[in-house]
Amino acid sequence: MPTGVPIEFAHVTKSFGAVDAVSDLSFTVEPGQVTGFLGPNGAGKTTSLRMLLGLVTPTSGTATFGGTTYGRLGSPLTTVGASLEAASFHPGRSARNHLAVYAQAAGLPSTAPDAALEKVGLGAYGARRVGGYSLGMRQRLGLAFALLGDPSVLVLDEPINGLDPEGIKWIRLLLRGMAAEGRTVLISSHLLSEVQQTVDDVIIISHGKLVHRGELSSLDVSDSKQVQVNADDRERLAEVIRSAGFEVANLRSGVLVENADAAAIGRLAFDAGIPLTALSQKRTGLEESFLTLVGEEGAL
Amino acid sequence: MNIVASLRSEITKLTSTRLWWVLAVIMVGYVALCAGGLAAILSGVGTQAGAPVLSDAQLPPLIYSFATSVGYVFPVLLGALAVTSEFRFQSLTPTFLATPRRGTVLAGKMTALVLAGAMFGVLALVASMGAGAAVLGAFGIDPQLGSPDTWAFVGRSILAMALWAAIGVGLGALVPSQIAAIVIVLAFTQFLEPLLRFGASITDWSAAIGKFLPGAASDALVGSSIFTLTSGGGTQLEWWQGALVLAAIAAVATAIGYFTSWRRDVS
Repeated sequence: MPTGVPIEFAHVTKSFGAVDAVSDLSFTVEPGQVTGFLGPNGAGKTTSLRMLLGLVTPTSGTATFGGTTYGRLGSPLTTVGASLEAASFHPGRSARNHLAVYAQAAGLPSTAPDAALEKVGLGAYGARRVGGYSLGMRQRLGLAFALLGDPSVLVLDEPINGLDPEGIKWIRLLLRGMAAEGRTVLISSHLLSEVQQTVDDVIIISHGKLVHRGELSSLDVSDSKQVQVNADDRERLAEVIRSAGFEVANLRSGVLVENADAAAIGRLAFDAGIPLTALSQKRTGLEESFLTLVGEEGAL
Repeated sequence: MNIVASLRSEITKLTSTRLWWVLAVIMVGYVALCAGGLAAILSGVGTQAGAPVLSDAQLPPLIYSFATSVGYVFPVLLGALAVTSEFRFQSLTPTFLATPRRGTVLAGKMTALVLAGAMFGVLALVASMGAGAAVLGAFGIDPQLGSPDTWAFVGRSILAMALWAAIGVGLGALVPSQIAAIVIVLAFTQFLEPLLRFGASITDWSAAIGKFLPGAASDALVGSSIFTLTSGGGTQLEWWQGALVLAAIAAVATAIGYFTSWRRDVS
């Protein structure tokens, strides 16, 4: 059973001219769980992963696998499996040959390409030219490349992007299974909702800086102070709540009350004799906290 | 060991797309047409009274050298495309993930292309000698297929084609844009260099420089060409000097390309 090594970023900075794409990024990704690497588009996720994989040279700092940089790994593909973007293929080459090219370069057994294709469900399409693949199939082929050497560390950039619901369910199970086997799994995404059922830990960056690091549940700020309420006589309901000293905003489907809890608002309405048609405490939820952390750009 | 793995991988890259055989088919057809066609014209001229441009003994090497004199652009294109397609399709990412030592990748690619260039040389010679010898024989001229000189020429031609593929690799590393590389190859080999060689042959001092042009060096290496015939062929390098000039061009272009494009960030 392959045992994962931790991924360690230590004060990694990458400058393009005067602009810092990534600045002083430090974090550790532990084996045995799925870690989400999140941030809006342009936050520096891909640049960070490319530095980790030795494709981009950091301006300063180091990104290593248990202390060893990618370039110094004795057998890179059996240690780390990586998939970056969906389009790194020669369109005229078949999927099997695409994988064979890299299996040969890494000295892997000649059975590795077919085994990897089977694992990602492309076994029947190995002889087809990659140029004819759909986006979802390309994503799977990218994943097959990552799995080629049965690595103990997986680094995947936006692996869920472009998959259909069935594919998302499938990759979720696959990644959870690999983490359960003790491997290190790091996946990036610009959408928290895309990975929130898959990841245990999250690392959130924005503008190239670390803004949050912790368990997924640490993002769940459920002590919301907003109440949504509605009644047939909405005008009067709003008036009653306002006169009790609350701040009120009109919504399409009712009234939003700031800094209140549902029980107090319900009692107010009962005392005033107004029959309610809806009453609920609004939950902020993970996505909201994520957007707050990454700033306005996250809304794009 | 790593370089062997890299070489295997690069050979698979070459053979797993259609490019190599499409180029090979066009090259064989083009070379055979030129060699056969010129053999027919020159043999026909030679049999008419009063116009013996060439002796029957000079004819076969001239005809056979179409393998390189018109065929050399194909290994250059193969080499250049092998490098530039890695940039174009962003396949440098998986390539460098599988082999993080980029120098090893480039060395493997260079070796694979030198072998492929030699194979293109064999195919081009089959075309030029096959078509040429058949036509010469039909006109009753000895095709000299048994002559040791002919087989020495064959060896030098294969070396020339291998070196041209190496120059293609260097050019691709130097000019990673696929379109730009193709335009440079075609413009230089089909237009600029023939013009330069013709221009250089006009005065003695320019001819001394002109003999170092890659095409001239290639003709010197091969020992015979339609160009040396038309430009008098007085000033030529020794065959081994021609080989060194081609190898040096390939080495310098590859080295500069390695430091400028190959080692850059892959994003």
